[in-house]
Amino acid sequence: MTVMTTRVLEVRKNVLNKNDELARQLRKDFETAGVFALNLVSSPGTGKTLLLEKTLSCLCRRGFRVAALVGDLETENDANRLAKSGVPVRQIKTDGRCHLEAEMVRKHLAGWHLNELDFLFIENVGNLVCPASYDLGEALRVALLSVTEGEDKPLKYPTMFNSADAAVITKMDLAEACEYDRATALHNIREIRPGIEIIELSAKRGLGMDNWLNFLERKKAELE
Amino acid sequence: MHELSIVRGIIETVSEAAQTANAKKIKAVHLRVGALAGVVKDALLFSYGLATEETMLAGSELVVEELPLLIFCQVCGKSVKLPSVQSFRCPECKTPSGDIRQGKELEVSSIEIEV
Repeated sequence: MTVMTTRVLEVRKNVLNKNDELARQLRKDFETAGVFALNLVSSPGTGKTLLLEKTLSCLCRRGFRVAALVGDLETENDANRLAKSGVPVRQIKTDGRCHLEAEMVRKHLAGWHLNELDFLFIENVGNLVCPASYDLGEALRVALLSVTEGEDKPLKYPTMFNSADAAVITKMDLAEACEYDRATALHNIREIRPGIEIIELSAKRGLGMDNWLNFLERKKAELE
Repeated sequence: MHELSIVRGIIETVSEAAQTANAKKIKAVHLRVGALAGVVKDALLFSYGLATEETMLAGSELVVEELPLLIFCQVCGKSVKLPSVQSFRCPECKTPSGDIRQGKELEVSSIEIEV
């Protein structure tokens, strides 16, 4: 008869180790190719796709080569909508998964020449919880908050807002109608992420878009 | 709800470590979860029981150690514990700080195995 002995084995390993490793590899690939990758995160309906639509065409006009990956649980609607801008766009259908993972990004980049791009936008699944935990290799994570959502959202989803490198307030054209409390919204974001850069805009009306585009250009230049 | 994905990560990490150590059975898994890890303990425990069925981890206990958020305060010159994740300010001098020293952990610290 064999006697079983119990012992404690130190593991000390990050649970999302595989994703993190792959994300590190992607980050290296992006850097080598000179493409600036962004991960856009927000709740559903904040206006990620509209902002992306306008951003892609504006950056094209400024002479940049851009592409986008868009994540959704179902449908290719967003990719079809963005494809009208004429730039390379691919849909990542997560089949029910509530966030993008580095592996999905890697897979959907197949066939694209990264060194022929200046900006790569990755639109995450609309969700303020799960995408926070998954690094996609991006150089910049941008959290969006619309004026219609309520100023306390950053306090309700601190993990996401803390993990962001920049915040964008969308739908500023509706601020008055929604009785948007600007001071409180900005204060709450900075309570969660001290020193974060915040850009206010309305993609629909074109308000603040120059600020946003200049910000993107500056961030890209900082990395070079 | 991505706790199921997290549990899949735990299963992979633990199975690998247990196999390397030639474990016959896994009795317990110790997990360190920071306050800012974005993981709900109850959802994790619930998913764990289901997802580990028919794996090496079946029947094992998941022991979750919850870690509070620590930031480094420049003014006080030390790490301070935050009472909540809603305000990244030193509780003593009220200075904001984004210098996180603890709270993002999501790691398998150790496992109890039978060999």
